[in-house]
Amino acid sequence: MSTSDERQARPRGLTFLAKSQLLSGDDVARALRRMAHEIVERNHSLDGLSVVGLQKGGEPFARALAGLLSDIAGHETPLGLLDVSFYRDDLSLNPVPDSAMTAIDHDLTGRTVVLVDDVLFTGRTIRAALNALSDWGRPRSVQLAVMVDRGHRELPIRPDYVGKNLPTSLDEAIVATMQGVWIGSKVPA
Amino acid sequence: MIDTIRGQNLLSLEGLSRQAIIEVLDVAESFVEVNQRAIKKVPALKGRVVASLFFEESTRTRLSFETAAKRLSADVLSLALASSSVKKGESLRDTIATIDALGIDAVVMRHQSSGAALQVSRYVPHVRVINAGDGLHQHPTQGLLDVFTVRQVLAQRHGTSGLQSGAELFDGLHVLIVGDIRHSRVARSDIAAYVALGARVRVAAPGTLLPEDLESWPVEVASDFDEALEWADVVGLLRLQRERGSGSFVPSLGEFTATYGLTTERAKRLRPTTLIMHPGPMNRGVEIDSRVADLPSSLITRQVANGVPIRMSVLYLTMAGSAGGSGL
Repeated sequence: MSTSDERQARPRGLTFLAKSQLLSGDDVARALRRMAHEIVERNHSLDGLSVVGLQKGGEPFARALAGLLSDIAGHETPLGLLDVSFYRDDLSLNPVPDSAMTAIDHDLTGRTVVLVDDVLFTGRTIRAALNALSDWGRPRSVQLAVMVDRGHRELPIRPDYVGKNLPTSLDEAIVATMQGVWIGSKVPA
Repeated sequence: MIDTIRGQNLLSLEGLSRQAIIEVLDVAESFVEVNQRAIKKVPALKGRVVASLFFEESTRTRLSFETAAKRLSADVLSLALASSSVKKGESLRDTIATIDALGIDAVVMRHQSSGAALQVSRYVPHVRVINAGDGLHQHPTQGLLDVFTVRQVLAQRHGTSGLQSGAELFDGLHVLIVGDIRHSRVARSDIAAYVALGARVRVAAPGTLLPEDLESWPVEVASDFDEALEWADVVGLLRLQRERGSGSFVPSLGEFTATYGLTTERAKRLRPTTLIMHPGPMNRGVEIDSRVADLPSSLITRQVANGVPIRMSVLYLTMAGSAGGSGL
């Protein structure tokens, strides 16, 4: 496991111990291509579409999707990065999450925003992201793309594009990167 | 050594590790971005109450803290203590108990007595206390915003970002602090921050304005001010604190300016890249010549601008893990 994979294991002081690999890097790339085509099919036109990746896990997938969509459309699909640390509802429960920079250089008013994250779990990160997005204008619509949907939602949120549905138990942990998807557990570092 | 201020009081920069300081600076970088948005507000501290208690008046620090708290969506109780019950003889303990009874999560306080913030933290252990200046002791957020500003400018020169550079730009950096060291809580906080980050610090001042316990400080004394100006990468000037009686420690203001003021003539000894800092408010013509204050290498207005993101970072980190706040 690379250090970037370990970083995603939360909360602090825990590290990810992989049990088995569920998707290879090739599988991830194939899933992203399929998701890009689903986005095209669903939206008819890619004009007015923005891809926004959630820091930090969603960033590589958002970059990849924006690249694929740009190739299909023949013009640049704008990419933004969003950090939701300051919008989370669990500051009193957890240590402060590592914050990363937000970089959205265009007004999202009237645009179709495809939010991209690595793993969809309770839905609380997406709830925070929806609140955060409203500070950048009023998108025409917001769609959600995730590499892995592992279930256990705590809020009424569902993804529009899914790389892989993975039923998990609560004590399992998932790591999804461009290099592949692993299932395992969180152990004290 | 304290490795993080998460969930802690911030009373002093002494005892904070390099890691703890870098964490504050890194989180502040995220808040710089928030301050550039059209909507400069995030809900991180929604439902928390921050009391701002300035027993000693300071418009700019108070405004900076209150702006920071509001941009984090905290509620701010701002008490004009100079004209309240304190004037009527209420003790510090009773004032704090009264405010605590209103239900607060943090206190930002400035007081003329060294150690007042520590004292308050003992009265209300469930409330996070952030020292905004206590007597001659410490002014932690000023020290943090000074190193933040230096890192930002040096990183830019090196074609990198503050976030990426960590503490490496401070390694062996030459910092010269000039003026009323004896009465300056800013000097004490600045020195702690620079030293923790790996910089070398020299102080320059008339003997009467050096502290008595200087041998225990991690600094060198510059015997030759002019030579030290050539040595410095960063020059931090301090205000002559006349309200603390500094005036009687020098023969005259003119004498101080002639020997330790950063005059136009003396500023010529600085390398063009040397950064000039001042915590404000400036006494133009006393510790710094008006023209020097306005040089491109002077970071004085940038220091003020960085006050808000640094104080957002401090409020955010110190209040992490405490109860209260919004649910969903």
